[in-house]
Amino acid sequence: MLSPIQVLCSDITTLSLEPEPFASYTEADIISTVEFNHTGELLATGDKGGRVVIFQREPESKSEPFSQGEYNVYSTFQSHEPEFDYLKSLEIEEKINKIRWLPQQNAAHFLLSTNDKTIKLWKVSERDKRPEGYNLKDEEGRIKDVSTVTSLQVPVLKPMDLMVEVSPRRVFANAHTYHINSISVNSDYETYMSADDLRINLWHLDITDRSFNIVDIKPANMEDLTEVITAAEFHPLHCNLFVYSSSKGTLRLCDMREAALCDKHSKLFEEPEDPSARSFFSEIISSVSDVKFSHSGRYLLTRDYLTAKVWDLNMESKPLETYQVHDYLRSKLCSLYENDCIFDKFECAWNGSDSVIMTGAYNNFFRMFDRNTKRDVTLEASRESSKPRAVLKPRRVCAAGGKRRKDDISVDSLDFTKKILHTAWHPNENIIAIAATNNLYIFQDKLNSEMH
Amino acid sequence: GAMECAVDAQSLISMSLMKIHSSRTQRGGIKLHKNLLVSYVLRNARQLYIKEKYAEIYRMQQYEEVMAVCSGIQELDPLEPLEPQGAEDAEPEQPYYRSCCMEDQFSQNCNKTTVLDLDTHVVTTVENGFLHQDCCCAAAPQCAPGAAARKRKVDSAACSPDAEEPSDYTAGRKRLKREECSGADCSPDASNISNLISIFGSGFSGLLSRQADLEQVCSKQALASLGAWTRAIVAF
Repeated sequence: MLSPIQVLCSDITTLSLEPEPFASYTEADIISTVEFNHTGELLATGDKGGRVVIFQREPESKSEPFSQGEYNVYSTFQSHEPEFDYLKSLEIEEKINKIRWLPQQNAAHFLLSTNDKTIKLWKVSERDKRPEGYNLKDEEGRIKDVSTVTSLQVPVLKPMDLMVEVSPRRVFANAHTYHINSISVNSDYETYMSADDLRINLWHLDITDRSFNIVDIKPANMEDLTEVITAAEFHPLHCNLFVYSSSKGTLRLCDMREAALCDKHSKLFEEPEDPSARSFFSEIISSVSDVKFSHSGRYLLTRDYLTAKVWDLNMESKPLETYQVHDYLRSKLCSLYENDCIFDKFECAWNGSDSVIMTGAYNNFFRMFDRNTKRDVTLEASRESSKPRAVLKPRRVCAAGGKRRKDDISVDSLDFTKKILHTAWHPNENIIAIAATNNLYIFQDKLNSEMH
Repeated sequence: GAMECAVDAQSLISMSLMKIHSSRTQRGGIKLHKNLLVSYVLRNARQLYIKEKYAEIYRMQQYEEVMAVCSGIQELDPLEPLEPQGAEDAEPEQPYYRSCCMEDQFSQNCNKTTVLDLDTHVVTTVENGFLHQDCCCAAAPQCAPGAAARKRKVDSAACSPDAEEPSDYTAGRKRLKREECSGADCSPDASNISNLISIFGSGFSGLLSRQADLEQVCSKQALASLGAWTRAIVAF
């Protein structure tokens, strides 16, 4: 599958148009989440400043061959604002942690966006017609003098310039003591869950003043705390099943039919630790930063600091496949602990056919692994290599002391401030969205082949 | 391998404590997940540090003597006055013998403590810890075991940057100083110890006295203090 990847759109800078290295951006512009909707027509990004930007794919047109399926800005809105919890003297960040789209049921689109404490449901709708010909008010809306009205007319809808309206339909607040890390919409399209460090709550999309707690791992005595919840997701097909990952590297599959409080898991996925690989940082690098069901619902994809793993739902004892994302960092864990990079939470993604997995790394590199051919590739999301229509060149990192080829990057010259934490894959096509700090890159398979 | 970094346990401890400390002022509140992970590094580094210290003691020339002395210390009733002993004729069988304090006032045998000064952010190994200070003061009504016991109790809850628990400890120590110090006898470093957090003091003497399985003791100590850290972390 890994045919050459072509740049579909030029990078979309959210703030500065200056060329690098003089480009500057504020921290608020850092993209914190990326998500395609269920058809892939829309792509939403959230940033640290609490804003959401939605891109829409232009329909391919024969008359303009160069604008085939490009993504352009569709709507921008402020989803969350910074808040202050006066009771605890805590500032609540406006950063958007996750966005999840609801499946489309009518002309409007709906998405859920969340920060650390509050989830909001937004309605995105188009208006391209407006009524004209009112009897009691004129075109500007001013009330007419009734005595001037001599005949009646029926208002008609006339086309107008397209306007995209965004409005908050629900606000789900005050249900989380700890920081929300995940939201996931259920396949029943009526409920969704939100997970924080210690608890998972189940909501009905129409009810904001109540939620059900379905997982609670808070110990009676906080001194006994040994692990936290790091991510959670509903099964794509079975509305009673969900999975959550922990900081200890375990996955728990839970069945909501078994009990109201799903503290007892149905399945526990855990790989025994290799005692010879033990280090000061063993606990940190085994913490799972993201978990995703495959589209088929048969597999789980997890990401920890150095690896990505595919698990079979029927095998709890160990992962089916383990992919080394950047094992050359294993000898650098001390420095990465010092500069806090070891705490970076990388996400992972499946392609539409579940045959390829993708995840980000440092130096604006991202990696793809083909599960069938076992081939992998490292690509870079940067302005220099991303002229429109250009083909991305595979990159290589050579370990310190290793044989070095031309164009290889050595481990010591990696830029750890350029990290790709958030990536997304179009649900059906080979189009990927990569968030590199404040820039969004959209790439497409050159052959534009369908999934296989 | 287990220690692939060149960084030593002490600097990891210092780094971890500073991360926990600075997380309190971070925007968005304390991040539970990150602090939990940092506390694991802290625990791992401490386990290694204790191991290394134990190995160091093991290699020392007066190892057996120290073992006897310190096991004797643990047996002492805190309120009983010390029996005067001659320094030269050290006999391991004598349970009340204290060679370290008699032969040299600033002997550095059995009382190393690792501390982090929150003002200067410097990690040091304190040679003249309170344990020795109590030893050498002749009329000390509170002997080391008492202080060690008190310290052990305080330590199990007080390995945190919070002001409250260390102040119990420093109040206790200041009390010791007032009552027993004849001025010249006391270590000049003692006054600086009041703002330090002591991590290993009680654990260290506990190790020597019990001759227990090192791993087991380490992990018990580590877990006891780990709990204190998580309590300190969860301020909300």
